[in-house]
Amino acid sequence: MISVSGLLEQIFAIGLALLLAPLLSGWVNQCRCWLQNRSAPPLLQQFFMLHKLFHKDVVLASNASSLFRAAPFIVFGCMVLAAAIVPSLSTDLPFAPAADTIALVGVFGLARIFISLAAMDIGTAFGSLGGRREMLVGFLAEPALLMVTFTVAMIAQSTSLATIVETLGRGPLVIYPSLAFAGIAFTFVSLAENARVPVDNPATHLELTMIHEAMILEYSGRHLALIEWAASLKLYAYSCLGLALFFPWGIPGGDDMLGLMAAIPLLLIKLAIGGATLALIETLLAKMRIFRAPEFLGTAFLLAVLGLLVRLLLEMKA
Amino acid sequence: MNFPDLSEILRQFALDGLLGAIGMWLAIGVAGLTAPRSLGFIAKLLFPLGALVSLLAGFVALGSLGQPAQTAVLLIGLPDMPFHLRLDSLAAVFVLLLGFTSAGISVFAAGYFRQGEGTAPGLLCLQYHLFLASMLLVLLADDAYAFMVAWEAMALSSFFLVTTNHQHEEIRRAGYLYLLIAHVGAIAILLCFGVMAGGTGDYTFDAMRALPHTSFWASAAFLLALFGFGAKAGIVPMHVWLPEAHPAAPSPVSAMMSGVMLKTAVYGLLRVGFDLLHSSLGAATWWWGVVALAMGLTTALFGVLFATVQSDMKRLLAYSSIENIGLIFVAIGLAFIFHAYSMAVLAALAMTAVLYHCLSHAGFKSLLFLCTGSVLHATKERSLGKLGGLIGPMPWVAWLALIGVLASTGLPPLSGFVSEWLLLQSFLFSPGLPHPWLNMLVPIAAAVVALVAAMAGFAMVKFYGIIFLGQMREDALKDAHDAGPWEKAGLIWLAALGLLLGVLPASIIGHIDAATRELLGTGLADTMREHGWWMLAPISPERASYAPLVFLAVIASSVLLGRWLVRTLYHGRVRRTAAWDCGYFFQGPRAQDTAEGFSQPIRRIFEPMFRMQRHFPTARDVEPYYSVKVEDHFWYWLYLPVARSVDGVAKLIARLQGGRIAIYLMYSFLTLIILLLVARP
Repeated sequence: MISVSGLLEQIFAIGLALLLAPLLSGWVNQCRCWLQNRSAPPLLQQFFMLHKLFHKDVVLASNASSLFRAAPFIVFGCMVLAAAIVPSLSTDLPFAPAADTIALVGVFGLARIFISLAAMDIGTAFGSLGGRREMLVGFLAEPALLMVTFTVAMIAQSTSLATIVETLGRGPLVIYPSLAFAGIAFTFVSLAENARVPVDNPATHLELTMIHEAMILEYSGRHLALIEWAASLKLYAYSCLGLALFFPWGIPGGDDMLGLMAAIPLLLIKLAIGGATLALIETLLAKMRIFRAPEFLGTAFLLAVLGLLVRLLLEMKA
Repeated sequence: MNFPDLSEILRQFALDGLLGAIGMWLAIGVAGLTAPRSLGFIAKLLFPLGALVSLLAGFVALGSLGQPAQTAVLLIGLPDMPFHLRLDSLAAVFVLLLGFTSAGISVFAAGYFRQGEGTAPGLLCLQYHLFLASMLLVLLADDAYAFMVAWEAMALSSFFLVTTNHQHEEIRRAGYLYLLIAHVGAIAILLCFGVMAGGTGDYTFDAMRALPHTSFWASAAFLLALFGFGAKAGIVPMHVWLPEAHPAAPSPVSAMMSGVMLKTAVYGLLRVGFDLLHSSLGAATWWWGVVALAMGLTTALFGVLFATVQSDMKRLLAYSSIENIGLIFVAIGLAFIFHAYSMAVLAALAMTAVLYHCLSHAGFKSLLFLCTGSVLHATKERSLGKLGGLIGPMPWVAWLALIGVLASTGLPPLSGFVSEWLLLQSFLFSPGLPHPWLNMLVPIAAAVVALVAAMAGFAMVKFYGIIFLGQMREDALKDAHDAGPWEKAGLIWLAALGLLLGVLPASIIGHIDAATRELLGTGLADTMREHGWWMLAPISPERASYAPLVFLAVIASSVLLGRWLVRTLYHGRVRRTAAWDCGYFFQGPRAQDTAEGFSQPIRRIFEPMFRMQRHFPTARDVEPYYSVKVEDHFWYWLYLPVARSVDGVAKLIARLQGGRIAIYLMYSFLTLIILLLVARP
């Protein structure tokens, strides 16, 4: 059962996620600016923006419903939960058995449904366009993500993230070819799911290109702040998920505060490298047409299924 | 009298209690005929009474789960063929489903039926309760004769309910199609029972269980059952009646058909496959599972694809039912495969997924159908293109429908997710099957299931977003009103069931596990009980676990905490103004996506799956318009050719009728000669 110290550590991990997430987004933006020969905003830019948005009044469309007002909070809650169950500092946190990889995919799905519904709520052309495109990306990316986690789950013989990290990170070093397929597919999916180039562009408000931005056009003030924070939490959760699945080394199993503290530097290094890689990918690639997105994600899906087949046919023969 | 006594009595007389429920329903139905035009008497007295009987039946079934089977012989029917009845745990699970779901539907119906809409209320009351009673009898029947009588009564009473508004041509057509396919299916089921009785002339299920079957005849019986029950459940290609009949029927009837009646077909297949033919199940019958799995996958994919492109809200839900039935058949197929290779725990996992999905689909699909009923009454519109923005005038229906939508997209922490989770878990632990081809097939099937689950989200966002959100697409919608108290009560009951099934999976599986144990010999409850009632861990928490309560608690507390913190640290000010829309001034409801527009990406990606007729506007049109009509390939590839050939053969046979007496005399003479030749000693 859940102990008090365990609960404290869990709250510490969630608090750390809430702080690190905007930092990670800020870091990606900085790296991208440097790579594109621009002068970069400060690392804390996201915090300044959140602070500013929380201060501002909420300006609601006159026909906005209760669902529109509830959605930012629910999306934020989903992302807090996602950040709480992905093992980033320890594999032995009390909320870890509450949800496995399938449930994690479900949490992302829940947040997606709410944000898409909220986008359709005002009834503007942009909103429903964004909602439709988000669901399109979602229904292609979600099965691919499931297949990726399945490949890893078959190696670890478990869908529990904690067990996966323990099997892959603590066991003897084995090279699994299936993980290569799964890793590429995961990269594709996380680019699409986090509204990044080449599927979406977080930096534009151009009609033809936007997905995520089109959905949140009508939001302002604290609602927008929560959505932005949730978006960075999602990026953080995806990064930690990627680290847990493919670079699981150095996540301690103990549940004492000291071990948790000791794990922070390694996590920061991993996240910094991951963020820089993301910025590099975004700089090298161009945004693709929306109808190329199904091909992009279809490739991810096929790669993930291939990974699963490789696992079943080649690696399990012995 | 204290409570344990009562439950003990309920348990002892469970079967008698359920027979009493059948009698009560029949009496209520007949009572409706005494005053067929008095809506007040029928709606406010008889329907709530029927709901009470449903509720009692549900509780009786709950109490009899895990108890030894009870049998009874009813001396009605043919002289030497009495009705045999039996209540075991498998039947009890489905009676539970029937009772609890129909309780909500009947309460809703008390507020739904109005004067002057088709059939007179009294007659409707009779048909409705006859339908309920026959479904319960199907679940209790213990011989082929009683089963078929009940099955036919179910088909006929639901046919009359579907054609309630028979003055419309297309509703009569839908009813005809439904009746036709129901009977083609019934013939297959009858033949299946004939095969299983094996010429002994003893049609009780006990005799069929005891009789050893050769593998050929066992397989023949299974395939006939798969076809017959598949036709009732809406398995592709026998699905065509479903999207016609469900929209044609009044909403409570659609809810009952989709939520409960389809499950009787699932019950029938489980009864035949795992119970009556259990002596034939073995390593040689693994391909039964593959057939069911393949049919289920095709059905699920087909159903969800067509659900996304519909523009009629009830048709959309009907296709979504096809998808869910497909998923249930996938799980049945897996259970067959694992059972064939005696992988007991995995078979139990798949079987639990079957039963759980039946329960959760009954809850959320009835809820959604009833919500469309409320919308229909409030707006007189079924077409998505003329709805929109109804969350304003109908907040109760909208928020309750949201629960149904989330459950049906299979998202945590609601009921649909639990069964999908169980299904995916049983896929995931399948490696180790001794058959290499199967080993490869299973992950691909898992990929299809994942795709189906994700696309169901697309269909449901379309359904909800276009009906309840956005701006109203027609001016008349401003006069829409929320559901009445009876309707609300029914919706709340079903939504509460969805929440309960989502949040307490471990305790509920603990109850329905008796049926799994009865069919397969193993269950999940014992391993699960070790890990506590709040956590779903069918094998062990190290392998997989899911705790929906923690889930809900974390989301709810961060929502509340976030709201409180924002309000105390900053402020809660709100200003209302016109929508921004990137500064565009001329915003109207027509700038929103239509139902067709929303599903355009799906039509584009999966173009070959649909038969589309489109009309594009040109520059020279005086009144430019765009239209698209999406149809089913099966209708043109399978049904119309069959109908044409039946027509052709009938015409050939009709030539025998010359209309002249001399020719008929010649026929008799020829027949006599042929008989004399053939029947020579």
